[in-house]
Amino acid sequence: MTPETLPQSIDRVDLWIVIVGLGLGSFLLRFAFLGLVGNRQMPEWLLRHLRYTPVAVLPALVAPLVVWPAATGGDMDPARMTAALVTLAIGVFLRRTLLAILGGLTVLYLMLWLVG
Amino acid sequence: MDLGLPLDRAQASRCVMTSYAEPSADTSTRPVFLQGARDGAPFLLVVAPFAMLFGVVATEAGLKVYEALIYSVAVIAGASQFASLQLLRDGAPVIVALVSALAVNLRMAMYSASLTPYLGEAPLWKRALAAYFLVDQSYAVSIVTFAKRPEWTVSQRLAYFFGVILPICPLWYAMTVVGALVGSTIPPALALDFALPITFIAMVAPMLMTLAQMSAAVVAIVLALIFAGLPYNLGLLIAALAGMVTGAAIEKRMEARK
Repeated sequence: MTPETLPQSIDRVDLWIVIVGLGLGSFLLRFAFLGLVGNRQMPEWLLRHLRYTPVAVLPALVAPLVVWPAATGGDMDPARMTAALVTLAIGVFLRRTLLAILGGLTVLYLMLWLVG
Repeated sequence: MDLGLPLDRAQASRCVMTSYAEPSADTSTRPVFLQGARDGAPFLLVVAPFAMLFGVVATEAGLKVYEALIYSVAVIAGASQFASLQLLRDGAPVIVALVSALAVNLRMAMYSASLTPYLGEAPLWKRALAAYFLVDQSYAVSIVTFAKRPEWTVSQRLAYFFGVILPICPLWYAMTVVGALVGSTIPPALALDFALPITFIAMVAPMLMTLAQMSAAVVAIVLALIFAGLPYNLGLLIAALAGMVTGAAIEKRMEARK
């Protein structure tokens, strides 16, 4: 990222293949069920699984970010860990999303300020 | 998702506006759209620095400002944009860059499936538009709210979804350009990297009510950590699928017991 390590210039054909291909491919992934299944009835077993998509995929997405934050170079960070646990506790016990966000951020900044 | 307090006030104001209509038969879309925009607003904190960073990285990789912008408009998925750009920059074969980045986006198909029971009846072009705007944040906010508001019509759900998009996606494009032009992003001392985990935790935690939901989350978390080292975000897919299977299996057992 420094001027000394000048990046080799990206081939323009490669770049546009990736932009167009990734754009189209990502759209098709997003459209797969919404577009192709639409209002056709899905089988009960599939719907049963889909009900658990948010409570499975979002925690799975977040867990590594909490345990190994990129901002600390992947080292476990007491401030971020505590903030995540406080957010979780407020969310589970009080069931108020905004309160949980504010509580989590407050703890995060307090801890960063205290621990550094 | 109502972010806590706005619920009562929003309901109250809707009743004032449509006091002649029965509250239960309220199918108006405008208040729902505005509620969506409000619920999406906290993600400004997440999206702005991330998009700026992409603009910075793109110009450092030698992309013109308009190329960075088209990248963000065409793909509109941060992690895959970073992954593909990095691979191109490292001189990886174009097919490797493309397939790796698409693998990172496989979770979008799960989002699509998960939203289909709620939006499937909408006209095709609206579903296509919603699909284009299906990102982590719009999915998370919408699915949490749809589960809470089973009485909403399809038009209301779409209005809400597009409301959520309003503060998120235009900012994604704009801040890419700002990052590319300015060449620097928001200082890391602000710890905005952690706004995304906190917001997602805060949205999902109130959904964890039944044993099945909690087990799904715990299995997903444990497996996501175990398989975090797998390439192409495969750990996320394994963890999410295992969590879904766990939740569904427990739900079925509990039902059978009744």
